Amino acid sequence: MMQINCPWCGLRNATEFKQHGEKPPRPDVANATREQWADYLYFRNNTWGVVKEQWFHSSGCRQFFMLHRDTFANKAIRSEGDVR
Amino acid sequence: MTPSEHNQPLRLVTQPNEEIDRSQRVTFTWNGKTYTGYQGDTIVSALYAAGERVFSRSMKYHSPRGVLTGTLHDPGTILQVDDEPNVRGAHRLIEEGMNVTSQNTWPSLKYDVRAVNQLGARFLGPGFYYKTFMKPDFLRPAYQRVLRGFVHGGKVSKNRPEETYEKRYAHTDVLVAGGGPAGMEAALAAAASGASVMLVEEDHQLGGHLRWADGQLARELRAQVTANPNITVYTNTTVAARYDDNWLAVVQRSPEPGMGERLIKTRARSLVVAAGLLERPYVFEGNDLPGVLLSTAARRLINLYSVRPGGRAVVVTANPEGDAAVEDLRRAGVEVVAVVDARQGDTVVRATGRGRVQSVELSTGQKIAADLLVTAVGWTAPTSLLNMSGDKPYYEPQAARFLPGGTEEGVYAAGGISGDGTVAQLRDHGAAVGARAAAHALAQRSLKIASAPTVSGQTEAPTTENLPEVQPLPVPQHPELFRSSTHGFVDYSEDITSSDLQAAVAEGYDSAELVKRFTTVTMGPLQGKIELVNFIAVVAEATGKTIAETGTTTWRPMYAPVTLGALAGQKYDPIRYSSIQTWHEAHGAKPMIAGQWIRPEHYGDPQAEVRRVRDGVGIIDVSPLGKIDLRGPDVPKLLNLLYTNKWSKLGIGKVRYGVMVSEDGVVMDDGVTARLDEDHYLMTTTTGGAGRVWDWIEEWLQTFHPEWQVNATPVSTAYTSINIAGPHARTLLSRLTDVDVSAEAFKYMEVRTGTVAGVENSILWRIGFTGELSYEIHVPAAYGLHVWETLLEVGQDLGVGPFGIEAQRILRLETGHLIVGQDTDGLTQGYSAGLEWAIKLDKDDFVGKPELAWQQQNQTGMRLVAVQPVDTHVVPDEASQILFGNGTIAGRITSARLSPTLGRSICLAQVEQSLAEPGTMVTIRQIDGTMIQGKVMEGLTAVDKEGTRLDNDSQPEARVEVGEPIGRSPVRVGDAKTLLAGWEVSAQPAAGPLTIQDQSVMTKLEVRSSFTGSTAEKLHASFGRTHRSQDGTLVIGSGPGQWYILGEPGSQQTMLNALQHMADSANELTTVVDLTHGRALFRITGDEAAALLNKLCSLELSDDIVPDGSALRSSVAGVVTDIIRDDVDGALSYLVHCERSSGQYLWDTLLDAGAEYRLAEVGYTMAYAN
Repeated sequence: MMQINCPWCGLRNATEFKQHGEKPPRPDVANATREQWADYLYFRNNTWGVVKEQWFHSSGCRQFFMLHRDTFANKAIRSEGDVR
Repeated sequence: MTPSEHNQPLRLVTQPNEEIDRSQRVTFTWNGKTYTGYQGDTIVSALYAAGERVFSRSMKYHSPRGVLTGTLHDPGTILQVDDEPNVRGAHRLIEEGMNVTSQNTWPSLKYDVRAVNQLGARFLGPGFYYKTFMKPDFLRPAYQRVLRGFVHGGKVSKNRPEETYEKRYAHTDVLVAGGGPAGMEAALAAAASGASVMLVEEDHQLGGHLRWADGQLARELRAQVTANPNITVYTNTTVAARYDDNWLAVVQRSPEPGMGERLIKTRARSLVVAAGLLERPYVFEGNDLPGVLLSTAARRLINLYSVRPGGRAVVVTANPEGDAAVEDLRRAGVEVVAVVDARQGDTVVRATGRGRVQSVELSTGQKIAADLLVTAVGWTAPTSLLNMSGDKPYYEPQAARFLPGGTEEGVYAAGGISGDGTVAQLRDHGAAVGARAAAHALAQRSLKIASAPTVSGQTEAPTTENLPEVQPLPVPQHPELFRSSTHGFVDYSEDITSSDLQAAVAEGYDSAELVKRFTTVTMGPLQGKIELVNFIAVVAEATGKTIAETGTTTWRPMYAPVTLGALAGQKYDPIRYSSIQTWHEAHGAKPMIAGQWIRPEHYGDPQAEVRRVRDGVGIIDVSPLGKIDLRGPDVPKLLNLLYTNKWSKLGIGKVRYGVMVSEDGVVMDDGVTARLDEDHYLMTTTTGGAGRVWDWIEEWLQTFHPEWQVNATPVSTAYTSINIAGPHARTLLSRLTDVDVSAEAFKYMEVRTGTVAGVENSILWRIGFTGELSYEIHVPAAYGLHVWETLLEVGQDLGVGPFGIEAQRILRLETGHLIVGQDTDGLTQGYSAGLEWAIKLDKDDFVGKPELAWQQQNQTGMRLVAVQPVDTHVVPDEASQILFGNGTIAGRITSARLSPTLGRSICLAQVEQSLAEPGTMVTIRQIDGTMIQGKVMEGLTAVDKEGTRLDNDSQPEARVEVGEPIGRSPVRVGDAKTLLAGWEVSAQPAAGPLTIQDQSVMTKLEVRSSFTGSTAEKLHASFGRTHRSQDGTLVIGSGPGQWYILGEPGSQQTMLNALQHMADSANELTTVVDLTHGRALFRITGDEAAALLNKLCSLELSDDIVPDGSALRSSVAGVVTDIIRDDVDGALSYLVHCERSSGQYLWDTLLDAGAEYRLAEVGYTMAYAN
């Protein structure tokens, strides 16, 4: 099982986290077209390599953070936000 | 007595390195006959000593099979022991009274009638079953029945005695897989660097091949290893799998009496694979006859078990180990009639005999009478764990075997698996690899410590620059010997011969992967360990390619067989209970599983429970309802964002219903939210949605509006929630509360706080899920049972009684209230749920707004409607289909019940819009296929469309005197109990080496603020650490900007006042929530406390990572739990706490897991420092 370096708690098992995937920016609600909204909801780059994803340490500190993960090697590279 | 007197004619006199204890005789049976062996004998060695040769019949041809490898991986010695099938007989030690039988032989091992298959061997070629038993289709069940009789395997008894299977977690700097010379040296070198080491050996003894090659050295190394405090040795244990980041499945066999297997989920910072080599069989005609032994099998029999393998032996040798086997055989009194030196080009052509080897024919044409043929023709590197780490082994012709190709840092190959050499070279290599593995592990360890909030200050990272160089071992020199000039078995388990493989290639299956799938070669119990290289070599020969070109197949987990018990056994499924659970159990509630909750479905008659609510008054335990405490000036902004309706103008004391949709417009949750005070709101969610909504709030606050000042705290189980519903609800409640509940003072959709049945700080809502006049009261959970019982007591004259979930579901269906997830699904957008009235598209923004705007504009999606079947008695099953006239599906019934109030069946349904007009007649196809007619109704409400029942003119009554409330912990207290601060607490005097104490009675407050700031400074506990303040309270840095503060029982008010004062004077939003009733709190004290926690929790709890004063949160037995190390007078001690409703489950689970450490409950004493 992959380990993830939570920027708050340090190295923990991946099962403590929830993966929220890539997070495209939220379009402006007032002007968004259906295409833009569909992109926001459903379309992901699904990169074979390093992706930047949002993860949630749900069984730990309950903080959201961005993680760079290699989808080929299934390895957590680094998490953003060196908070301490 | 001499050995032969115990009927062990082949037992030798005491051998210098034997591993049997001749003073301990063990008696067991084999196919009904009694045998005697010695302690330390395997089943096969004991039987072999008694002269037995045949241990099984092969899978396809039912030909007799004997010892081949004499190890765990011996295809012909898989046996049944008592009720346990598929036991590896050459590995399992004998035990007194064991009943051992052969598997899949009929009528007996000696005369197996299915051996007639041998006569048809030429028809049983590869693909025979695929080709033969496919057509005609109608015969396939018959084929199945017959073929099942041929299935190879033991029998599982239905009456198998209970066995436990266990899981636990372990952490180590270095794990060494393989306890041979290289593995032991690697462990010693790693331990010498200060690393913690797990040394795992598949066999019963450490030593590897030294056990028969150099027993003295084996014993010396073994002694050093076992004396080393940094090394933990696991024998009879397999590293069955390696997953990401060295997550290892370590499987211990029979670790304790009555325990089948134990799975140790191990995280190793470095993995050293020192698996040694497996000896490879040789392919020639007759190579499966009993009496054909690998040289290592012969040497094990002679040296470890003092058994003479035969009388007259022919030895084929291509390496020094084979030469040594000749010496061993001679020493054991075997007449070695011929030594065939394969290095000189000589070899064996065939072995013949009836049921066993009788004659051996050599390439010279010579035929020799012999009962033993020993081969030493080469080795296979068991690279499984390396493959699982990304290694791609390559074929080295000069070595006649595959060699590891290399892996990333953190995984290392040591010793014979990676090259050749003398014992001294292997040891040196092991030591160098061990030191390197330790250096990597210790560097990783210091990185982990540096990243852990539990350790304050900087740690010095060890330098990784001077890592020792590992000198590679020489590439072995070995002749390539796979197949003789004849055909023989490649896969003994699956009965696949080299000619079968050639036939498969001839049929066009020209790659190793295809041949494997077509013939099932390497798919048997041994999974290719001894067959793979011969298989590749035979395919290479048949295709005219080289072995390197033919490639290999990937080795996947598991390396060795693991019982299903070890994988499936001991699963932790948290169970949550309301504070009233004991009452429900005592009063005949039918339990219903709702997510993790156990809830009362009904108390005998749900229809009567409905009538009671409609005619009198009923109470229901709705504690699982999600409740989230929201504080801060920006709560209205949050509510406006997450709910589809408007929240800016909700007055204090008012309640509003709201619906949440996701960004795709799909309904995700609903509930009512109350404004309790200026900046204080209480949100309720569906029972199942409580966790999801909490995550949802955090996500939007943290990632979208971090500038908003809102603190959200789940308080679902801090309160016991009771709904009082029915015409007499006001009368009943008025008798117990100081809140004015008159119709004028406390209107529908309002909220009040006050005292109920003597319980302060209760919250009362007037809402109407059931459609009746009803109040939902939330009382501090420890008093839940007290309030419930008091309600029933003082309402006797009103006919009050409990009602369950089923009655509530009927009531809400009559009233037309939807249930999210029941009447909606993963595609139901807001307008499809009949929620037009709760969606305000004129708000600037809310989650999912664009989707709902488009839905409204385009009128898409289904519609939720009420449907009443024409036949009033028919209640269609939920999920029955609604059809268009042409028979296509137009929707489905989402809820259906018989309404006791109307005396007819009523339903809710999702239908296509064209059928949604009131008055439309629809066809409902029930699950059994029958059709009924139903009518679409106006609106969703079936009973009381005008809502007149939501109030009546009843007047409040005078308050009734009730007894002092008794507080109760989430954990049931035994007989020894006492009262403390109004709570029942255990007075259990027991003590022991490891104790667990229920401290739920302690005051528990939660403070939320920013991670840094005046509050953080005043509390003195950074995230991950604790601080014992002068007044004795324990401040715990539980989360970033979140603290738990523990104090003496009954001190809530004092502590709240002090903290509120601090909060009011803080520069940043600081909020204080009393969670005394919302958390279960235990203290575990004793040397084995960490070991106990590691049975249930994957955290690494070593002193350098989790020193005294650490605070962590993780999952313990599936429950999110805070773990605080708070040593008591130098004794290791942990506080563990979780939300209240999981408390009993966690307590029971800890007690169960702690049995092996004699964990004892000890009562609560005032000095919580014990």
